[in-house]
Amino acid sequence: MVALPPIVANLWCVAALLVIGAAAVAIGKRNWARWLVYGCSLTVSAVSCTIAVAHLIAAPAAGSEIVLPLGLPWIGANFRIDVLAAFFLAVIDLGAVAASLYGLGYGRHESAPERVLPFFPVFLAGMNMVILAADAFTFLFAWEFMSLASWALVMTHHRDEENRRAGYVYIVMASLGTLALLLAFGLMAGPDGGYTFAAMRAHGTPPGLAGLVLAFALLGTGSKAGLVPLHVWLPLAHPAAPSHVSALMSGVMTKVAIYGFIRITFDLLGPVSWWWSVPVLLAGVVTATLGVLSALMQNDLKRALAYSTIENIGLIFVALGLAFAFQGNGMKAAAALAMTAALFHVLNHSLFKSLLFFGAGAVLNATGERRMEKLGGLQNRMPATGLLFLIGSVAISALPPLNGFASEWLMLQAILLSPDLPQWALKLLIPAVGAMLALATALAAACFVRAFGISFLGRPRSAAASDAHEVDRLSIAAMAMLAVLCLLAGVLPAFVIDALAPVVQAVTGTRMPVQTVAWLSIVPIAESRSSYNGLLVFFFIVSSASIAAFAIHRLASDRLRRAPAWDCGFPDGSPVTQYTADSFAQPLRRVFGGFAFRAREEVHMPPPGDGSPARLTVTMHDLVWEFIYEPIARLVNALAVRLNHLQFLTIRRYLSLVFGVLVFLLLVLASWG
Amino acid sequence: MGLIDGISIQLSQMALVLALSPLLTGLVRKLKARLLLRQGPPLLQPYRDLIRLARKEAVVAESASWLFRIIPYIVFATTWVAAALVPTFATGLLFSWSADLIAIIALLGSARFFLALAGMDVGTSFGGIGSSREAMIATLAEPALIMIVFTLALIAGSTQLSNVAGFMLSTGVGLRVSLGMALIALIIVAIAENGRIPVDNPATHLELTMVHEAMVLEYSGRHLALIEFSSSLKLLLYTALIACVFVPWGLAPAGAPLHVHLIGVVIFAAKLGVAGLMLAVFETMIAKMRVFRVADFLGAAFMLGFLGTLLRFVSRSL
Repeated sequence: MVALPPIVANLWCVAALLVIGAAAVAIGKRNWARWLVYGCSLTVSAVSCTIAVAHLIAAPAAGSEIVLPLGLPWIGANFRIDVLAAFFLAVIDLGAVAASLYGLGYGRHESAPERVLPFFPVFLAGMNMVILAADAFTFLFAWEFMSLASWALVMTHHRDEENRRAGYVYIVMASLGTLALLLAFGLMAGPDGGYTFAAMRAHGTPPGLAGLVLAFALLGTGSKAGLVPLHVWLPLAHPAAPSHVSALMSGVMTKVAIYGFIRITFDLLGPVSWWWSVPVLLAGVVTATLGVLSALMQNDLKRALAYSTIENIGLIFVALGLAFAFQGNGMKAAAALAMTAALFHVLNHSLFKSLLFFGAGAVLNATGERRMEKLGGLQNRMPATGLLFLIGSVAISALPPLNGFASEWLMLQAILLSPDLPQWALKLLIPAVGAMLALATALAAACFVRAFGISFLGRPRSAAASDAHEVDRLSIAAMAMLAVLCLLAGVLPAFVIDALAPVVQAVTGTRMPVQTVAWLSIVPIAESRSSYNGLLVFFFIVSSASIAAFAIHRLASDRLRRAPAWDCGFPDGSPVTQYTADSFAQPLRRVFGGFAFRAREEVHMPPPGDGSPARLTVTMHDLVWEFIYEPIARLVNALAVRLNHLQFLTIRRYLSLVFGVLVFLLLVLASWG
Repeated sequence: MGLIDGISIQLSQMALVLALSPLLTGLVRKLKARLLLRQGPPLLQPYRDLIRLARKEAVVAESASWLFRIIPYIVFATTWVAAALVPTFATGLLFSWSADLIAIIALLGSARFFLALAGMDVGTSFGGIGSSREAMIATLAEPALIMIVFTLALIAGSTQLSNVAGFMLSTGVGLRVSLGMALIALIIVAIAENGRIPVDNPATHLELTMVHEAMVLEYSGRHLALIEFSSSLKLLLYTALIACVFVPWGLAPAGAPLHVHLIGVVIFAAKLGVAGLMLAVFETMIAKMRVFRVADFLGAAFMLGFLGTLLRFVSRSL
C-alpha cells in the first residue's frame, strides 16, 4: 500500500468495481448476491475514499499520474490524481460507501436484482474513472460509461411506461452533453491534436475560442448537472431509479459534472476572464429559483427531491460564477472564498441529498408510496427514519447549526465582497443574484417543511401509511452515518474549510486563511467583518433548551395528558380534512406560480340544488418543456418526415444525388484553399 | 475588556431579554386597549399568563408525534440564543462573534421551520392552514431581511451586529438613502415576522384569519407557555435590532464602566417603551389585510431592501 502510488491504487479500485459488476451478471439472481455485490462495493469504495482523503491531506504539489496502453494508440489512457480530483473522488466514494451500505438493506426489496446488481458497481467505476481521467478520450469514454451505466439503472423497472420515457429523455440529453464536451475538448486540443490534459494546459486556448469552449462546457456539464434549461431529464430519471441509485445520481453524479466544469474552466482553459461569470451566474440563479419553485409544486416525494437537486446545483454554479468574477479581476482572497463556498456546498449537498433520497427510499419500502398525498403520520411508525429525514431537511434548508447553512453563509459573504468589482455589468447583476439566492433559500425551507410535514407528520392518509413499519438497521445505519456527517460539517466547518484549502489553492492560486484557530470560528476575511461559530451556536441552543426544559419540569409542571385533537372544538375523525401537499403549496403557487408556471385555478361550482361536489382544478405548465423542447422535437419530426422521402428514390436519382454531393464537397475543398 | 466583564454582560443580556420581553407584550396590549378606550389587562398580565400556563398540565393530541413535545423547547432555545446576540444595552457581547446578523436571521428561520412543522404534526386543517401561510410569509420576509442585511453590511463593512452598531454610533454615517430604505423595509419585515396587524392579528380568535395562532392551536400548558414566550422574545429581538442599528445612542461601548451600562439598560427600556407605543398606534390605525395582499406588502420590503443594496453597489455615498 505504501509503495503503491495513489493513482495506481485508485485504478485498482476501479478495476475491482468492474470485476464485481461482471461477476454480478452471473450471480445476479441469487439471494446472496446482494451481500457480495454491495459488500464488495462498500469495501472498495471505502478504500478508494481513504486513498483520496489521504492524498487530499498530504496535498503533494505534483499529482500522481500514469499512462496505460489503452485508448487512442498515440496518447494512451492518461490517468492522474491531483488535489482537485482527490476532493471529488472523496465526495464520490463517500456517497458510494453510504449507498452500498444502504443497498445491503434496501436491496432485499428489489424485485429485479439482476437488473441492478451488475450496473451498480460499474456505475461507481464510471464515476471514479471520470475523475481520474487525464486526457480527453479517456474522460469522454468514462463519461459515456457513467451515463450508460446510470441509464441502465434508470431503466431497472422498464415495464413502467413512465420509466421508459424517463430513460429515453435521459439518453437523448446525455448524448447531447457528451457531444458538447467532445466539441469543447476538440477546441481546446487545437489543430495539433493535443488531447492530453497536460498538453491543453501547456499550450492554452486562444482567447477568441475560450468563450466557445465555455459555452460547450456549460452545455455539456450543465446537462449532466441539471442546469436550466437542460434539466428536463433530471426530475424524470433520478426518481425512476431504485432509491440508492437515485441518491448516487442526485448526490454524487451531479458532482462529477461540477468537477468536469471546474476542471475545464479553471484548470484547462487557462487564465479566467471576468465575463465568464455572467453566463454562469445567470444560469445558476435561474436554475436555483426555478428548481426550488418546481420542487415546491411536486407531489411525488422523490421528484421533489430531484428538483431540489437542481436548486442546489444552481447555488453551486452561482458560487462558481462569483469565483470567476473575482478571479478575473485579481481579487484572490474573494475568489478563494467563493470557490471554498462552492466546494463546501458540493460536499454538503452530496451528504444531505443522499440522506434524503435514502429516507424517501425507506418510505417507499415501508408504504409502497412516493405520493405525499398518500403518506402522513410516519413519524410515529418510523421514528428513526423520520428523525434522520428531518435532519436532512434542516440541513438542506440552510438552517443553523447544520452544514447547509455554513456553505450558504460563505456564499453570502462572498456576495458582500463584490461591490469592489470594477465592472458595471457585475455591479448590477450580483445584487440581483444575491436577492434570488436568498429567495431560493427561503423557498427551500418551505419546500422541506412541506415534504417532511406532509409525509411524516399529521395523520396517515392511506392504509399503506398507517401500516408502515420501520426499515432495516442497515438502511438506518447508512442514513445515520450521513446525518452525523451533516451535523459534524455544520458544527465544525472550520475543519472542512481547512481541508478544502489545498484544493482551493490549486484551483484559484490562493486559499482562505487558516480557520482552525481561535475557538474554531470561521472567519472569511477578518473577524471585524464577519464570523460564525457553528459549535458555539449548537452548544448554546442545546444548553438553553436544556435549561428551559429543566426549569419548567422542576419548577412548574411535567404532567402530560393525551386527548383527542382540539381543532377549535370541531375535531374531524377523517384524515381527509388535513392539509395536503397541494393545499400547503397553494399560497406560494398563487404568489409565484402565475409567473413561473402560468398556474391557473378554476372553480367549478355545481348549480344550486345540485348535490355534487364542487371542484377546484389547477393547471400548470412546464414552460421550458413547452417552449424549448417541444418546438425542437416538432422540428426534428418534421425534418424526419421530409427526409423519409429520400429512402424511396429511383437509382437514377440516388446517383445524381451522390454526384451532386461530390461536386459540392469538391467545390468546398477548392474554395477553402 | 476582561473575560469576566464579557461574561457578565452576556449573561445579563440573556437575563434582560427574558425579563423584559413579556413586559413589552403587555405594554403593547395595554396601550392598544387604552387607544380603543378599553381598560385593558394589567401590564404584568403576560407574566401571570406564562406562569399559569407553565403550571398547568399539558394536553397533547393523540395523533401528535414526539416532535410535537420537543419543538417548543427548540423554538424557545433558538429564539433566545438569537435574542441574546442582538445588542440591547451594550455592544461588548462576549459571544457576538459566534453568529453574525445572517446567522441570527437563520436562527429565527430555524425556529419558524420547527414551528411550522408543529402546526402540521397533529393533522388538523387549522394547523395546516397556519403552517402553509406562515411558509408563504416567511419565504417573502426572509429574502427581504437578507437584502436589508446586505445594505447594512455594505454600509458598515461588517455583518457582526456589534460592529454595525459601533459603526452607526460613529459620526461618519450621516443620512443615506439606502439606510432609509433599509429602515422602512426592516419595519415591514418586523411587522410580518411578529404576526402583527396588518399581516396577522395576534389577538384574533377567528379561525380563518389566523396564521401564527392557527399553527399553535393545539398547544397547551407549558408548551404553549414556551411558544408565547418565544413570540414575546421575537418581538423584543426585532425592536432591539431596529434600535441598535438605527437609534444606537445609549448603547454602552465595550469596556465602558458599570454606570454607563446601567444607563444603557434604562435607555433600552425607554426605547422599548417608544417602540411599543408606535406599534400600538400603528396597529390601532390600520386594518388587517387579506392573506394574499401580504405578498405585495412584503414584496415592497423586498424591493426596498434590493434597491438599498443596489445603491450601495453603484455608489459609496448613497
